[in-house]
Amino acid sequence: MKKTLYRLLRVSMVVAMASIWLFSCKPKISGQDIEAKIQSNSALSHLAVTVKDGVVTLSGEAKDEADRANSEAAVKSIEGVKEVVNNTTIAPAPAPVEIAADDPLTKGIADALKDFPTVKATANDGVITVTGETTAANWKKIKMALDGLKSKKVDATALKIN
Amino acid sequence: MALQDKYKQLVDTATASGVANLQVREQDGVLYIDGEAPSGSVKDQLWDIYGKIDPNFLSGDVVMNINVASAVAGARAKVTTEKSNLNIRKGPGTDQPIVGKAAHNETVTLVSKANDQWWLIRTDAGEEGYSYAQYLTVVE
Repeated sequence: MKKTLYRLLRVSMVVAMASIWLFSCKPKISGQDIEAKIQSNSALSHLAVTVKDGVVTLSGEAKDEADRANSEAAVKSIEGVKEVVNNTTIAPAPAPVEIAADDPLTKGIADALKDFPTVKATANDGVITVTGETTAANWKKIKMALDGLKSKKVDATALKIN
Repeated sequence: MALQDKYKQLVDTATASGVANLQVREQDGVLYIDGEAPSGSVKDQLWDIYGKIDPNFLSGDVVMNINVASAVAGARAKVTTEKSNLNIRKGPGTDQPIVGKAAHNETVTLVSKANDQWWLIRTDAGEEGYSYAQYLTVVE
């Protein structure tokens, strides 16, 4: 009776040890693997990443709110990632293009066209409309001058190039 | 983003050739390219590329404002008019009286910039006033 009890104990110990061994050998994904996976994803390369115990911390500047959310989702889908701490910020939007008022534009046009009497231009709501005719070489010079005036657009569809 | 694709070669060249403070912004169907080229030849190169992508600059979908970084006070600049003399004026504007002339191909000194279009210059003969920057090429 005592013998049987010992045998049962021994068997159960073996089973217990085996199960611990099996459990510990379950493939574990290291922080380095996760980091490598993130770094190989070009959509995430602009962000900084730290990984600790399966918790991924993202930082840096995301392009916009969608980029911020997409990056987080992409990291979450990586095997072995338990949690994502999203510390990214949104990059400030570029300053809007500064458009000069029509008065300084009109003055700038007069200066730019002084030596080109066959070309006329007017400014209206920031848009410079060019008419008349000239050579391609002269038009290039005029366009270079007009583009420095901070207009909204230089519309030369009505200009005739000789 | 379509315009950025169309003018990709232009923007890439501007980046690669060291244009400072380069800003490329697309707004209401127009691509605005601003920056400071390290030299006049880089600026010319960018305008050549622009002219290849949009022959004769007639699409009206780009406003390119590239200045030359070396155009600073004290720099020497050559009068690059077609052949005529360059007017030196009392103030920055063609409505201002002419106070002197700089000869075609003469080299003058850039004193300061009133704005991107008008520079205060001084000739070696001591004449001082404002001239249209487009006809002045900084001697590199």
